[in-house]
Amino acid sequence: MSLGEFLQHGMSQWIRGGGPDDDIIVTSRIRIARNLQDIPFPVLQTDSHADEVIHLVQQALSNKSVQQIGRFEFVRCSDLSALDRYMLVEKHLMSRDLAEQVKHGAIALTDDEVMSIMVNEEDHLRIQCIMPGFRLAEAWQQANRVDDALESLLPYAFHERYGYLTACPTNVGTGIRASVMMHLPGLVLTGQIHRMLSAVSQVGLTVRGIYGEGSESVGNLFQVSNQITLGETEEEIIGNLSSIVHQLIEHERAARRALLSQNRGDLEDRVCRSFGILAYARKMDSKETLQRLSDVRLGIDLGIIRGVSASILKELMVVTQPAFLQKYFREELTPGERDIRRAALIRERLRLDDTEVH
Amino acid sequence: MLCQQCKQRPATVHFTKIVSGEKSEYHLCEQCAQEKGDFFAKAAQAFNFNHLLSGLLNMESSPGVPVPAGAPVRCETCGMSYTEFTQIGRFGCPDCYDSFSARLDPLLRRIQSSETHTGKVPLRAGEQVHARKRLQQLRQELQRAVALEQFEQAAKLRDEIRRLESQFGGEEGR
Ligand SMILES: [Zn+2]
Ligand SMILES: [Zn+2]
Repeated sequence: MSLGEFLQHGMSQWIRGGGPDDDIIVTSRIRIARNLQDIPFPVLQTDSHADEVIHLVQQALSNKSVQQIGRFEFVRCSDLSALDRYMLVEKHLMSRDLAEQVKHGAIALTDDEVMSIMVNEEDHLRIQCIMPGFRLAEAWQQANRVDDALESLLPYAFHERYGYLTACPTNVGTGIRASVMMHLPGLVLTGQIHRMLSAVSQVGLTVRGIYGEGSESVGNLFQVSNQITLGETEEEIIGNLSSIVHQLIEHERAARRALLSQNRGDLEDRVCRSFGILAYARKMDSKETLQRLSDVRLGIDLGIIRGVSASILKELMVVTQPAFLQKYFREELTPGERDIRRAALIRERLRLDDTEVH
Repeated sequence: MLCQQCKQRPATVHFTKIVSGEKSEYHLCEQCAQEKGDFFAKAAQAFNFNHLLSGLLNMESSPGVPVPAGAPVRCETCGMSYTEFTQIGRFGCPDCYDSFSARLDPLLRRIQSSETHTGKVPLRAGEQVHARKRLQQLRQELQRAVALEQFEQAAKLRDEIRRLESQFGGEEGR
């Protein structure tokens, strides 16, 4: 399979598509945690409990009322190869925990992979809607519709006072986690990012780097999400997050303008240097890949690089990860071999576009 | 462990930093982590969020905190004990919430904005919630009617209660 075909194929809509403010907002995501009455949470689940949950969810998904909203393909983790499971992780559709929960886990996905439902992860159900660009309200609507349809068929654990009951008390109540993945190179390059992020974390939101271990954030990608799930309505939670994200977008745009007007030479050098490295390097580790891709995407957004599709950051941040690399090259690769193949894949991807560097 | 910087306050921020292959471990208090610069402060936040819960839970179970009288130590439905819950930070089953509710409310007030759900109510469960509230109200009215010897009114109320009970199984609790 050619790279072009490969990219057309197994790619979720959030990777290929665009949306409002997608020069800064990579994805908007809503995740709802739900559990079934009278069945222990996955942490205490026996095989038969797990089977029961899987059976009930699978049955509900094949019901007409749900199929009208979304046609889900349902698969148990045990029926997926490790490679396929980790590709789902790399596409942000499955958690690493579920990928390792081979025995009890399952996942349901729509065709475009906008909607997904993890079964027997930390909770019985984790309903997710992920969309490209800034579309939190739309993602909530869609996830909420699926939730309504499932609720009419499944006995959800709901408490008069505590709301939807979840395995972890940090999710109880609405069970909702709304999050936005942001690309913030302007704030990073102008040294404002930590001030911004610590301000954000003081208003009840959580910020973390998407890639990198622990404290580190690689590729200027950050995820901002709500921390509180109980005592606020879903609309309040999404509204609060949206208004903070709006402000971050404004600051990021201002930072990019400032870089262009005050530091154009340095910025162009940085962006083009990174493009050159991606286009010619023979070995790339994943950290450098993300950093260079971030520069190139900034160059595209600011008109310094033309002819490269803006989706390149999303595409390559997914397909240059270990499982995708090994799927594409159809062989098991050691980390050292992966760096060589990763560089080859990136060069190939760049050749698909008609690039001009200004 | 004490903070390696000031050697005064307890180290609450632990992380490893790798700079060009050189690995250094840091154990700092929050204040010193802040002073180390924003990079470290952010690490502190990430750390705190992940460990916030178990920290709070352990505080709850520390010997100084009195256990509310009559609070069960174990969830009868799934068998999980409160101590186990504080260790893994996860409940065993939906009934754990009621089993541990005496200890849970102060915890929820700290990690959430309140201990009462104000968001979406599922249609089906919502009907039950509504019916249960109505039943409670009717039973109170029935008692009052009996006390006031309004037997005709009491009979009407009793019929209404029976009707609701048969419709929703008269299920109590939760
Ligand atoms: Zn210190
Ligand atoms: Zn329990």
